[in-house]
Amino acid sequence: MIALLMILVPLIGGLVSFFLKQENKAKLWSFVVSLVSLAAISYSLVTGNEAGRSFSAEWLPQLGASFALKMDGASTLLCLLSALAYPVIFASTWKSTYASPNSFYGLMLLAQAGIVGVFLAADGLLFYFFWELALIPVYFLCSKWGGEKRIAVTFKFFIYTFIGSLLMLVGLLYMYFQTADGSFAMDSLYAVKLSGDQQTWLFWLFFIAFAIKMPVFPFHTWQPDAYEQSPTAVTMVLSALMVKMGLFAVVRWLLPLFPDAAVQFDNVVIGLSVIGMVYASIVAMQQDDLKRLIAYSSIAHIGLMSAALFVNNESGLQGAIIQFFSHGVNVLGMWIVVELIERKFGTRKMSELGGLAQKAPALTILLVIVALANVALPLTNAFIGEFLMFNGLFKFNVWYAAVGGLSIILSAIYTLRMIQKVFYGNENALTANNTDISFIEKAALAVIVVAIFVMGVYPSPVFNLTKDTASFILGIFK
Amino acid sequence: MKSIIDLVYLVPLFPLIGFLINGLGRNYISKSLSGIIGSAAVLASFIVSVLIFNETRAEAFTATTVNLFEFINVAGLNIPFAFQVDQLSALFLLVITGVGFLIHLYSTSYMHEEASHHFARYFAYLNLFVFSMLLLVLGANYLIMFIGWEGVGLCSYLLIGYWFKNNEYGNAARKAFVMNRIGDLGFLLGLFFIIQQFGSLTYTEVFTQASGMFKGDSILVVITLLLFVGATGKSAQIPLYTWLPDAMAGPTPVSALIHAATMVTAGIYMIARSNILYTLAPATQVVVAVVGLATAILAATIAIKQNDIKKVLAYSTVSQLGYMFLGLGVGAYTGAVFHVMTHAFFKALLFLGAGSVIHAMHHEQDIRKMGGLSKKLPITHITFLLGCIAIAGIPPFSGFFSKDEILVHAFAANPVFYIIGLAGALMTAFYMFRLYAMTFKGTFRGTHEQEHHLHESPWQMTVPLVILAFLAVVAGFVGIPELFAADAHRLEHYLAPVFKLSTEAAEVHHVEHSTEYILLAVSLTLIAGSIFFALNRFSKNPETGEPEGFGKVLANKWYVDELYNNIITKPLNGLGVFFNRFVEKSGIDGIVNGVGKGVQWGGRQLRLLQSGQVGSYVLWMVIGILLLFVITIKFL
Repeated sequence: MIALLMILVPLIGGLVSFFLKQENKAKLWSFVVSLVSLAAISYSLVTGNEAGRSFSAEWLPQLGASFALKMDGASTLLCLLSALAYPVIFASTWKSTYASPNSFYGLMLLAQAGIVGVFLAADGLLFYFFWELALIPVYFLCSKWGGEKRIAVTFKFFIYTFIGSLLMLVGLLYMYFQTADGSFAMDSLYAVKLSGDQQTWLFWLFFIAFAIKMPVFPFHTWQPDAYEQSPTAVTMVLSALMVKMGLFAVVRWLLPLFPDAAVQFDNVVIGLSVIGMVYASIVAMQQDDLKRLIAYSSIAHIGLMSAALFVNNESGLQGAIIQFFSHGVNVLGMWIVVELIERKFGTRKMSELGGLAQKAPALTILLVIVALANVALPLTNAFIGEFLMFNGLFKFNVWYAAVGGLSIILSAIYTLRMIQKVFYGNENALTANNTDISFIEKAALAVIVVAIFVMGVYPSPVFNLTKDTASFILGIFK
Repeated sequence: MKSIIDLVYLVPLFPLIGFLINGLGRNYISKSLSGIIGSAAVLASFIVSVLIFNETRAEAFTATTVNLFEFINVAGLNIPFAFQVDQLSALFLLVITGVGFLIHLYSTSYMHEEASHHFARYFAYLNLFVFSMLLLVLGANYLIMFIGWEGVGLCSYLLIGYWFKNNEYGNAARKAFVMNRIGDLGFLLGLFFIIQQFGSLTYTEVFTQASGMFKGDSILVVITLLLFVGATGKSAQIPLYTWLPDAMAGPTPVSALIHAATMVTAGIYMIARSNILYTLAPATQVVVAVVGLATAILAATIAIKQNDIKKVLAYSTVSQLGYMFLGLGVGAYTGAVFHVMTHAFFKALLFLGAGSVIHAMHHEQDIRKMGGLSKKLPITHITFLLGCIAIAGIPPFSGFFSKDEILVHAFAANPVFYIIGLAGALMTAFYMFRLYAMTFKGTFRGTHEQEHHLHESPWQMTVPLVILAFLAVVAGFVGIPELFAADAHRLEHYLAPVFKLSTEAAEVHHVEHSTEYILLAVSLTLIAGSIFFALNRFSKNPETGEPEGFGKVLANKWYVDELYNNIITKPLNGLGVFFNRFVEKSGIDGIVNGVGKGVQWGGRQLRLLQSGQVGSYVLWMVIGILLLFVITIKFL
């Protein structure tokens, strides 16, 4: 039941939201709906009820497609991330106002339904369906509520991801015709025997779709633009949750479907990812716009995750899966800070800010903690994942770890530079009238900070959760 | 039976609690209260540390591991959150919490001008530092050490940039963090090699396995070299030493605690802890010794021409750390740890003394504007002088014993090491007494306003000075060499179990007693001469002008910062500009083109699959259905 609920709650909640014309009602309703999701998954985790983690219903029997959901460790973690992210997003953007709020909040919740669906779908066609369902609301959110250049940027974003989706669809249909029982069911697709050549080109069809979503260098150029132009609430959804669709899809679909090709091309994928880590870090050092800085920083972090997914050892896989969650939490924290700054000062340019620490100590402290998690300092959540991923990368090839490790140094450079430029130094005319953040904003950031430390100090429960996914993947390669 | 060892977690717990109270309550608690909380937390740790230390002195004591909870247990790699109590960690606990407490006490007065919430923030950082440092030395495996290792780097960053309005200080803080991170990458890679080789990060496991390996095994050389890269960052050795002098931007008690007495000795602790790995990697030992020696000399030459009282002490610290690495490199592990301890006393003393001077001079740090302070600051003067004698290595002050132990071992390993080391020692004596003479001797060269306000510091500052001066004088007696009395080196005896594996694996170089006497006579004569020369010269004719010729090169620190700027910072920045302006922009076109080609390629594949398999009608039908789905959703 829990798997189904995770999709139904935001889906129905989102549809209802379209009818709530008053801003406050739509806002409050959406917040409550997001809390219901969080309560549902928390309850399920606390009771440890295994039943209801899978669900199956008839959907399109003519096509051999069913409404099948499967909630393994990685999906649980990502569902938890989505359920945690949404209330935090709504709370931290509480003071933002939007034209036609009913549609805005409705689309936000529909996007959640789509994203969660991707994390749960155990049927190829259903997976594709949710993949698109997640994209479409976000497309409207960006193009209607975005910044000045939103049309061009959203179009680029849409074309990129849509082309990726089409490639994947072609691959999926081909796979479908290869199944013994003419079915889209995950297990039937897993069971398809493919020749080496078939695996190769199918692998690339799927990989490009996922690589664009993550994004992996050099498919990343849509992302800084899209992050910059979207309203921050949408940017949060994009970077905390939607990029995980691509990463998760590698775990659930790409690796199990094409294990031979994954091994054959591991050096290409890991090589690109490692280049991306260093490249994006160096570009991040040049950014003046906070959103672009975080976008490139995020690309660097995603690079490490995508590399670690292909190293074919447990350390790398477990590290990457736990990092799905940690990265989501941390990048959300960064966006909240950006949102607060932009709303207060009307700019995101570091060169125009400065001295915020003097009148906003609470914001500064919370930001510094999130920033330290961003550079993966020990006892923060990101360290656990990065340590294991680098260890996995090292086992695969020492040099990838050494070169990728440069991003550890570079991340410190750009992150500390950002802290200094925005928060330290003297106030200027713009920042002199600064005030500290309000209670609800503090609370939203406090949730992030608590998550950072809890997972950073005591990660064992998360490992227990993700163990099954990792050992399943490793089992395929044995 | 519960022993105090099982309560070892209390030692880092107290400062952690202090950090939380001061950090979260900074707006609500008064200055005196936050000072008391911060100091009391460290005092409590000190008391527990003393009890633990007493346990470890028992003959029957063996190293004990205290498991706290499961930290990482993944992929066959089990890394518990566990502490190890043995002689080495117990000794470091004493130094960290003991000196740490004195510096907290000192800070309550030194920082009195700060607003109360900043005052509390200061103590919160200081407590967090002590907590991290204690994790570093207490960890039972390399990962816990690494947590502390990066933690102290963070606190160092926070405290160097404590006055965050000042951008220069902020730059110094960032520089410290980034240079430490460069070292940390080396450290981390070293850990991965250890995991690969030994399947564990737990000391006992790693060292037991390693002791069975061949001397000179290449994997051990790689591991030890990478760990040493980490040490050069944390302990400010060539090539990563340049952050430490800049770190003097932080409040002076911070310089005393973090950038002299404790954090910068983390690299020495790490190598002493890993002694068996280094003993079995002679190639690395040579590297460690040479880098240490080179740093000792380089920093000493720079210190000769510095005029900022804290900068002189900073370069002196870099130089003394170099001696410790020399000791580690020639296998004198006890000597290195001994020097860590004595150095902690006299260097903390000297920094706190400098703080007392700066306090009296109203934030003046330039020794050219001081002079003749001995009468107005009698306690500071006497204690500072004792510190200078101790660091110069005059018997029976503490620095003599520890430095001599290192130099004798260096002689045994290679007489050239000894000669260069001695040259450095002469320079040390010279620049320290130049500093002393310029500050306390001669006539006052500051403004009348400053002269009018000159005053001795309050008891919270002088009491730590007196205690540290006492320790700086007598601490050497725990390590009286064989030369003077048989079996009197109590420290060596105490630490023997920690270095047992190394002692068994190392070849012993022995120096004849007669040779030792000659070395001692020569070095003491030269050092005494150096001191008298400096005292004589700088009491009467203080250097007040700008340096010229070669002196200018030294005053400008051999232009190393400029060199790094030109060969690393600028190219990296240029690369960033190139990527950002050129590759990202034109890269977009490239990728769009690439996608176009990909679509064409996909089209070709599409044709293949249509002709080969089931037939295009079915395919298009399915796509059509899917599109219908999408459209339906859109209009829901």
